This record gives sequence, C-alpha cells and structure tokens, in this order.
Amino acid sequence: MRFKIYRFNPETDTAPYTKEYELSDIEPGTMLRDALLRIKNEQDESLSFRHSCGEGVCGSDGMNINGKNGLACVTAVETLKQPIIINPLPGMPVIRDLVIDMTQFYTQYRVAKPWLIVNDPVPEIEFTQTPEQRDKLDGLYECILCGCCSTSCPSFWWNPDKFMGPAALLQSWRFLSDSRDQATDERLEDLEGPYKLFRCHSIMNCVDVCPKQLNPTKAIGEIKKLMLKKML
Amino acid sequence: MNIVTRKFDTLVIGAGGAGLRAALQLSEANVKVAVVSKVFPTRSHTVAAQGGMNAALGNVTPDSWHWHMYDTVKGSDYLGDQDAIEYMCRAAPNTVIELEHYGVPFSRLENGRIYQRPFGGQSQNFGGDQAARTCAAADRTGHAMLHSLYQQNIRAKTHFFDEFFAIDLLKNDAGDILGAIIYDIETSEKIIIEAKTTLIATGGAGQLFRTNTNASINTGDGMAMALRAGLPLQDMEFFQFHPTGVAGKGMLITEGVRGEGGYLVNCDGERFMERYAPHAKDLASRDVVSRAIAIEIREGRGCGPNKDYVYLKLDHLGSDVIKKRLPGIRDTSMTFLGIDPIDEAIPVFPTAHYTMGGIPTNRFAQVVVPVANGEETMPGLYAAGECACASVHGANRLGGNSLLDIVVFGRAAGKHILKYLETNPYHKVLPEGVAESVLKRIERWDEKQEPDVESITVPQLKNELQQVMEENCGVFRTEEVLEEAVTTVKSIKEKLDKARISDYSTIFNTARIEAFELENLVDIGLATVISALARKESRGAHSRMDFENRDDVNWMKHSLYFLENNLLTYKPVRTKALTVETFPPKKRVY
Repeated sequence: MRFKIYRFNPETDTAPYTKEYELSDIEPGTMLRDALLRIKNEQDESLSFRHSCGEGVCGSDGMNINGKNGLACVTAVETLKQPIIINPLPGMPVIRDLVIDMTQFYTQYRVAKPWLIVNDPVPEIEFTQTPEQRDKLDGLYECILCGCCSTSCPSFWWNPDKFMGPAALLQSWRFLSDSRDQATDERLEDLEGPYKLFRCHSIMNCVDVCPKQLNPTKAIGEIKKLMLKKML
Repeated sequence: MNIVTRKFDTLVIGAGGAGLRAALQLSEANVKVAVVSKVFPTRSHTVAAQGGMNAALGNVTPDSWHWHMYDTVKGSDYLGDQDAIEYMCRAAPNTVIELEHYGVPFSRLENGRIYQRPFGGQSQNFGGDQAARTCAAADRTGHAMLHSLYQQNIRAKTHFFDEFFAIDLLKNDAGDILGAIIYDIETSEKIIIEAKTTLIATGGAGQLFRTNTNASINTGDGMAMALRAGLPLQDMEFFQFHPTGVAGKGMLITEGVRGEGGYLVNCDGERFMERYAPHAKDLASRDVVSRAIAIEIREGRGCGPNKDYVYLKLDHLGSDVIKKRLPGIRDTSMTFLGIDPIDEAIPVFPTAHYTMGGIPTNRFAQVVVPVANGEETMPGLYAAGECACASVHGANRLGGNSLLDIVVFGRAAGKHILKYLETNPYHKVLPEGVAESVLKRIERWDEKQEPDVESITVPQLKNELQQVMEENCGVFRTEEVLEEAVTTVKSIKEKLDKARISDYSTIFNTARIEAFELENLVDIGLATVISALARKESRGAHSRMDFENRDDVNWMKHSLYFLENNLLTYKPVRTKALTVETFPPKKRVY
C-alpha cells in the first residue's frame, strides 16, 4: 500500500515536500492511524502527527486524507484510493508535518462562551429537563473539537480571526438549545455583525467531513432563524 | 543553564476530570493555578469513559450512599480503605448535581431528573436487588463531563499549559515537592513551574499491555514521576481487565450494555454468567466476569474459528434502546468490526483497562508516605484520579466508580489546597541547580546511535514490555510466569539505557515524547510485576492460580513499591469508616 505524506520541519526544511512510503502485509481492518504508526515505528521515526484514543472520541488525529478532512483512527485504509495522500488540515499554520497550530480554532471556540449560563438561584437538586428538551442537545454536544469542519470551510480560511467557524457556532447553538441556559439574548447579541455568524454561506463542507456526523450548517441556520424570530 | 521559571500557587499536572475539577475549584477561589497537560485538555482520556458515574440519587431505584459504600467495599474485595470509601459515596450525589449545574448533558427520565442505569456490583439494601446507580449521558458520559469541566475552566480563566509534558517533580533537601520541570512539546523549551502546592492528576497506565482499552497517552507519567521522587506506588498488582473489550482490538464496550440488558454467551449460546454469579449474572463485578470469560475460553467454549472470544449479545434490546442509550458503542462496533449490534452480537475479550494502584493518598487527596510508626502526609503534594490510590477501589474497581473518583477527589484536593494555602502563603526556596539531573535525563535522548552497536529503538522495547505484561501478568497469574516477567522487565529497563532515537529536532518531536513515556511505563511495569509476584493470594483482579484463595490473615494489606532497590513494604487497610460500622471481610459472591 502506497502513501504520499506531507512533510515539513521548519527547523531543517526550506519548503514543504511530499514523501512516499510503502507498507506491505496490511491486515484487514487497518485504520489509517495504525498505518501511520507503522510507518513511524518501522520506517521513519521523524514523521510527526497527533493521535491518542484510537477510537474517534479525543479528536486528536484530524488530517486531510485524499483531499477530504477526517480522523485517521476511524478511517479504514482499504476504503481509500492509492496512493493515499495525506496532508495537514488545511488553512492553518503548520507546526511540523501533520501537526497544525490550532490556536485560532480554540480562540473562536472561546468566543462562543461554551458554558451554561444560569442567573437564577441554583437548586439543591439537578435542574430538571424533560427527555424532549434533552433530545434537542443530541447532535450538538458530541463535538470532539477535531477541527475537521472549520478547516474545510472557505469562510474560515479567509477570516479565521473574525468568522467563528462551524465548530464554534455549533457550540453556540448547543447552549442556545439548552433549556437550562438563560443567556439567549446575550448569546444572540454576541453573534451580531457581518462576520462572527453571517460569514457562513452554507457551503456545507463542514457537514460533509464531520467524523461524528454532526450538522453545523443546520445549527447555524437555526441560530439565524432564532435571531429573526427575536427581531420580529 | 538559563531556564525560565514561572510561579503559581498551584500546579496541576493533567487535565482530565480530576485535574480540571480541582483547577475549577481553585480558579474560582482566585488561586493562581497552572494546568499542565501533554494534550489539549479535551483530548484527555476521561473523554473516552462511556457508561457513567455512580451516585445514590435514587432516581430510578431506591438507593442510599450506605448501600453504595457496601457495594464498593465488597467490590474492592475488602482491600479498599473504608474511610475514603464512605467519604466518596457520601459526596457522590452532590458531586453529580454540581456537574449537572456546570452543564453536563445527562440523559433524562420522564420526570426530568438524571437518568440512571444499572451497572455491575450494584445492590439495594446491602446485597439485595440490583440497583440503578449510574448517572449517564447516553454512553458518552466521560466526554460530556470532560467538555463541561473544560468549558467551566475557560469561564473561570484557568491558566493552561497545553501540550507541555511534565518531566519530573522538583524537591528541596527536606523532600518537599516545589513544582515540576515541564517541556514544551512544540519547541522543546524547558520551564520550571514553581508552586506552593502540586496536584498530580495524570491518569492510568493502560499502555503497559498490548491490547488495552486505553489511549496512547495513558503511560502513567505522574506515577513514574512520583517513583523517581522517592515516593512509593501502592497496590500496583491490581490491574483491571474489562470484561468487554472488542476481541483482538481492545476498544471499550461499556458495561452499560449489560446494564441495559445485554448478556454474554459462549459457543453453545449459553448465558454462562448464570453459572458463575447466579444472582447478579452478567452484572457481577468486573474481576468476576473477566475470570469467567477467561475460563470459558480456556475450557474450549469460546466462539469463532479459534474459539478465542465470547459474544456480547444485545440485539434483543431493540433498535430504539440501542440508538438512544448506546449510540457510541454502536458506532464503535460498526467502524471497527463492521457489525451493527442491532442485528449481531459483538465479539469481546477481557482487556486491560484500569490501574487500581497508584500514588498513595488519604481521603483529602494528600499524598501519604510511610514513616517509622505509620504514615505522614507530604506537605503541599496531592494526587487524584486514576494515578492515585486513596484507596477507594482496593483490589477491584466497580464500573461507574472511576468517573466518580476523579471528580470527588479532584474536588477534595481543591478544597484541601485552599486550606493549605491559607497557612502556607509563601513559596519555599527552590535549591540552586535543582533541575540539573532532570535536564540531563532529557538531553540523554540527544545521544546519537554509535555505528558498531546494535540499535535498540523505543517502539521495539515498548512492544517487548507490552507483550510480556500481557502474557505474564494478565487475568490469571502464577509464580512461574511472574518471575519470568520480573526478569524480562528488568532486562528491558537495562536495554532502555542503550536505546536511541533518530529524530533530534526541537520542533514537535513525538519520538522524544514517546521515549519519555516509555521510561515512565517501564518503571510502572516493574512496580506491577514485582508487587504481583510478592502477593501470594487471590484477591479482586489479582488471581493467582497457585494461591487460589483470599488470605485475610496474611494479605489484607496494601503493597507499597519503591523504585530504590525495588523495595516492597506493606501497610494495613483502613477498615474503620468515618461514621458507620466497618464492613468486615466476607466471602464474595454475586
């Protein structure tokens, strides 16, 4: 099995380049992360990439695989056309090889104020929430912050400092949707202006690449609808 | 050497549930806290916990903290410290409520309260009917908790050092821990964090074993740091094998599957747990279920062409329950096995999962060390979560008690640190040159491979270690295989001195990080096999085929392993609870 992997170490390389690797004896069910670890352990220790849980919940190993963003640990190599072309997630500064600087992404996450805001006195028991109210959080809370969505979004590429991007906006809607949260007006006000929210042009790359099958575009649409409703 | 020093009130090493819960407590009290994590906080392994967190809320079945305590003591095979267990079980309901108030999206009951599911080893009324005590957010409870705790910490403006690897604790001549040296993974810069108080919350060491449910980051860094600082590790022979890891691969399939009504079958289609645990069946304690599976396979009743696994059957639960309550394991099963559990059973095998042992602490999360007549606390040093041993899990942890452990003792650490800082407002003096030996240890990995010497690589040695741990220190153990394991791990440790890496870059050098991690793992492996060889009884997760019974006369005591000379000592179990009567050891049946 053949791989073409983006390599760049700013310490020693003047420009990025592509390096080819070959693996034989691929066992059925091998995930891309397993293959990359084999390359690293058996052929080239200097290949750098993030990874951890190996089952798609920690969100460490987002990368661009044959042109599409995804998680290496849940991508079976058999499903991929060869040579398998691996690049770092696009649009962000590269630290080394497949490791990108995600500062901008995390900063936008913070802009969403992704925490529950409650102004009422807090009861001694849980805030109650009906199963139907709780259902509204499904498809929102599962985000693993892998960055696959935001780094596939042209609007985020152009304005990563001003447009929050799909991952952060999904968080905005997650808290706007929570029956326990009491900061709806504040949150909507925060999202006003031409950039933070409204740079989304429903290109839907985010939906296409999300490894958890979440739908940020829909969430963004819901925020816009709620804003409109509040205005009327 | 010029090395940047940063001063904080508290250094928290590790950003999983325990570290983040403590940090939140401290940031909210305006304490200057530095959280150091080798990965971005939401990538910590708490994120992978599935089934839930135990607390006697009584939302589904009648419940009391006292019953929870009984189950935990029994589950621990009477090796748990009953004062710490009483503290944890009493604190559980409030701790869950706090998490809910932080925003954790728990699943809900019709009346709007937190959903609770049955888990293994849970009973009502001290061994009666099955209880439903595990508070759950579908089967993604750890993810929901970790993200909420991180979110609250950014609200509270906690100071994070993301992707910094803690190398070693720093201490003065009196032995006080004064902070740590940390290493910036992105740039290789070394920084001294000086702190009045230090909390180790670095999680477990599941990477000791070849097949495990753990993330690659679970290399027991904090435990190894403690060992190198001269502190002991407690009860390291007790390593939990989760009954239902995906066979041959290791991904965790939550106990919640059995809690929701799933069960195990052998090649005859027999629900074999009925034979091993007539009352609790598939919801017996994890050690009991793992042994049962291993025996079924050993006696030729395993499934598949090689008869080397059993099936976890849940297709009878119906697609609604599976989609609503177990969506994560359905995903896992489809991704890694191509099996939709709505239609087909999942092949499972007991898989290395959880480090019961760790850095010895009391119920305030203070690290304790043995002295001439008893033990004393290390001033300003704390440990919480899987890296610590309070000991609330004893010889076998109950499912749902680890998420509980991390938040209860993370919070306890936070509370105690606040009290400590009141009477200890100043940094102690960091001795000159304190970092020298640590820096040498880092620089050692810049040594080049000599041309005429046989090359030894880090991945090679890690493989060897994982192999011997899996084969010789698994569910069933004997004198013979453990002796072999001790010899092998010692030789791996010797070979590690000669190992070299080939990447000397200062930029995001993961080869070097893996070398640091292997150094940590090897010491913990040694602690584990040496403690296991010495314990001549079977208790909880430690099953000796040559000593089949529990021996309360000689072995109802905690092991303490020291790195220096591989010394083992022991200390008594704290059987006296805080306010209630002791649960004396009984024969353990489920």
